[in-house]
Amino acid sequence: MSTDSVSIAFAGSGGAGVLTAGNVLLEAAASAGWYAYLSRSAGPQIRGGESVTLLRVSRNRVESHDDDFRLLLAIDWRNFERFVAELPLSGDSLLIGDAEAGPLPECLAAYAARYCELPLKRIAKGMSQGRPNMVALGVLAAAIGIPCDKVTEALAHTLRDKGQAAMDAGAACVTAGMECARELPLIKLPAAPAPRAHGERLLITGNEATGLGAVRGGVRFVSAYPITPATEILEWLAPSVDRLGGTLVQAEDELASVNQAIGASFGGTPSLTATSGPGLALMLESIGLAVAAEVPIVVVDVMRGGPSTGIPTKSEQADLGMALYGLHGDAPHLVLAPLSVADCLFTTQWAVHLAEALQTPAIVLSDQSLGQSRAVIERPADLAFIGRRQTLEDIGERYARYAVTTSGVSPMAIPGMPGGQYTAEGLEHSEAGTPSGSAADHAAQLQKRRRKLTDFDYGTHWAEIEGEATTAVITWGSTTGPVREALNRRAVAGWATRMVAMRLLAPARPDAMRQALDGVERVLIVEQCEGGQFHHYLRAHYDLPAEVRTLCKPGPLPIRPQEVYTRIEDWH
Amino acid sequence: MDNGIANPALSARDYKSSVKPVWCPGCGDFSVLSAITKTFAELQLDPAQVAVISGIGCSSRIPAYLNTYGFHGVHGRALPLGVGLKVARPDLTVLVTGGDGDGFSIGGNHFLHACRRNVDITYLVMDNQVYGMTKGQASPTTAPDWALSKLTPEGPGINPFYPLVIALASGANFIARASSSDPNGTARMLVDAIRHPGFSFIQVLSPCVTFQPEQREWKKLVHPAPVEATSDPAKAARRLMTDDNLFVGVLYQGTRKPFQPCLEADLEHAAELDEAFAI
Repeated sequence: MSTDSVSIAFAGSGGAGVLTAGNVLLEAAASAGWYAYLSRSAGPQIRGGESVTLLRVSRNRVESHDDDFRLLLAIDWRNFERFVAELPLSGDSLLIGDAEAGPLPECLAAYAARYCELPLKRIAKGMSQGRPNMVALGVLAAAIGIPCDKVTEALAHTLRDKGQAAMDAGAACVTAGMECARELPLIKLPAAPAPRAHGERLLITGNEATGLGAVRGGVRFVSAYPITPATEILEWLAPSVDRLGGTLVQAEDELASVNQAIGASFGGTPSLTATSGPGLALMLESIGLAVAAEVPIVVVDVMRGGPSTGIPTKSEQADLGMALYGLHGDAPHLVLAPLSVADCLFTTQWAVHLAEALQTPAIVLSDQSLGQSRAVIERPADLAFIGRRQTLEDIGERYARYAVTTSGVSPMAIPGMPGGQYTAEGLEHSEAGTPSGSAADHAAQLQKRRRKLTDFDYGTHWAEIEGEATTAVITWGSTTGPVREALNRRAVAGWATRMVAMRLLAPARPDAMRQALDGVERVLIVEQCEGGQFHHYLRAHYDLPAEVRTLCKPGPLPIRPQEVYTRIEDWH
Repeated sequence: MDNGIANPALSARDYKSSVKPVWCPGCGDFSVLSAITKTFAELQLDPAQVAVISGIGCSSRIPAYLNTYGFHGVHGRALPLGVGLKVARPDLTVLVTGGDGDGFSIGGNHFLHACRRNVDITYLVMDNQVYGMTKGQASPTTAPDWALSKLTPEGPGINPFYPLVIALASGANFIARASSSDPNGTARMLVDAIRHPGFSFIQVLSPCVTFQPEQREWKKLVHPAPVEATSDPAKAARRLMTDDNLFVGVLYQGTRKPFQPCLEADLEHAAELDEAFAI
């Protein structure tokens, strides 16, 4: 367990306001200078289901949760057993319940000695417009030592549209909650880092960061079909892309949304759609069209538990196989994955750049644990990638849209360019774009479409590589957070470990991996997928050392730093 | 014709590409292709400002035969390709083409919603009541007792889909039926459809001489619409109740405003959007 941070869980039935209150606490901690990371776990119900907000406040950057929670506060215990597995507690964790909410549930009996009841509901009832979640907010803030003024400021910001009376009532509840927590043992939060100038850091969710990355990359057309847990990307983009002179269209289904994006991009506008596993499954045929017709698009898949409808509100890394291999035919394309909430911005922006530069679809595999988590991040630099979509400048006598070039990239005419008329073609075609079933045309076009991806210079962005050692951990996407934390702990304990966290999954780059694994004798592969899709992918495309271990766990339980640590502890 | 451009007027031939159609001799689609090029010439459209979009099927091969921009997409998804393109590029003339299987079966949902959305594009369906490219299976517009397919040897046994009714009920802004036996008449109707704001739909009866040879008779059976086009959906609906599936003409011309989001920016740089998250 980390000593630089404190992790708390705030539970209640859906609609009780634990997410609102948790976010106020997050904002208060952020404005007081701490780093923080908040995730939520909710059932599928819109109201009345179970819900828990998980908050980690830290001196240093945090990208994922700790091994356990020091403090659990529940406004009520309804359906608590449904997510108790997601809330590991330790022997010295403090548990707080409402005096009117009944006894501590059986599943928490082991922690009875550290349990105390507070009259949250009674206090709220005694106040004008009193709400138990706001009283609980005061209790939590006091318990971990977040200054009262920061909490009331953040609360005023959250309630700014509800009027002064609501703000005053909220602030009074917070004060009462803080008062009521006075007798509680204080959980010591490490001192906040030195204050930073306004704007140096952002408080943002992964889904918002994905949207920001998209528009920074130049996306000006977005097609949308709502799906959990990707909808927030689209909701954020709707007004934002509009302000930048683009537009978002809500389509009738995912088949339409992906094709609208392809149509808009054919017209020259960088385009994106976002979905989750079931939607990506529907889109795959048309993503193959974008490969064959060489039309750039970005498809973000915010992964959730699968297969089928699976666990829509919870995270898993199990769409990797579909994203890599789901297209029919021999269809090289890009697959990328953000490694943290902050990295959702960079990776999405890079994906837009790569798709445009290589005239091919890019699938970005985010997941629920990144997308719906909110964190304090360093404000990413306003990157400008060099090189955009290569369009037609000088039209010769005979323009060939699919000309076989050295790089594999062929200049693309955009409707409106005189003399550039061609038909974007999903049938195999000649260089001119005329349908062709000839073996020579097929081979030439297949090779050019592969070459443009394999010969491109991806620089160092393909992976985050840290540490020099003979033991390495290879991971991808959101599990990078707990892996990095585990390896930091090993470093503190005196053990060096190498981390290779892959951001670019397709095209596979065996030479880059060979370099990254230079001198490495043993490898642990970490992924949140029961079936080991990432492990199999690595086996298929890369040379791994003889000694390989895996940590392949299904969602929705996150991989904890300690699990990674333990898996390599005896391996020296 | 004074078209305001320096070039001499473009003729229908200028809109044809050099690619030879794959269609069977006698296919109705030849004359639809000719109607399309006549239409473009009549409107003196700049070929570089036109995009013809299609899905999969015999008639969906059309874009390759034209000297405009084109997109030959996947089966059933031509309309969303066209919608995305037009919304992002309202300056272009977008014509979506295809057959009855592509548009009404696999792409049926997009047809409903394209009518509803009313983007300013034209959708021309060459209806031959059969899947020709896969060698003769029943399509959504095939008669229930058509028993010439090995796939449905007793006939499909279900009532045909009624494109004009669906288009009207779903909110298409221009609805017409044409016959490939009259390319000039089809071209006149297509000119009106392209000019009409919003989503325009034309069902063209276009015989498949290979799998539905009796459709050769269509040219004798089609007849002009009994009355003028109406802008009243209720009147149009009443006329469809007595439709013999063979009238040719414009049924309905609505006045709904097309769907077209404004594409003007009020921010210069995407990075300005960071500010909302700054702490």
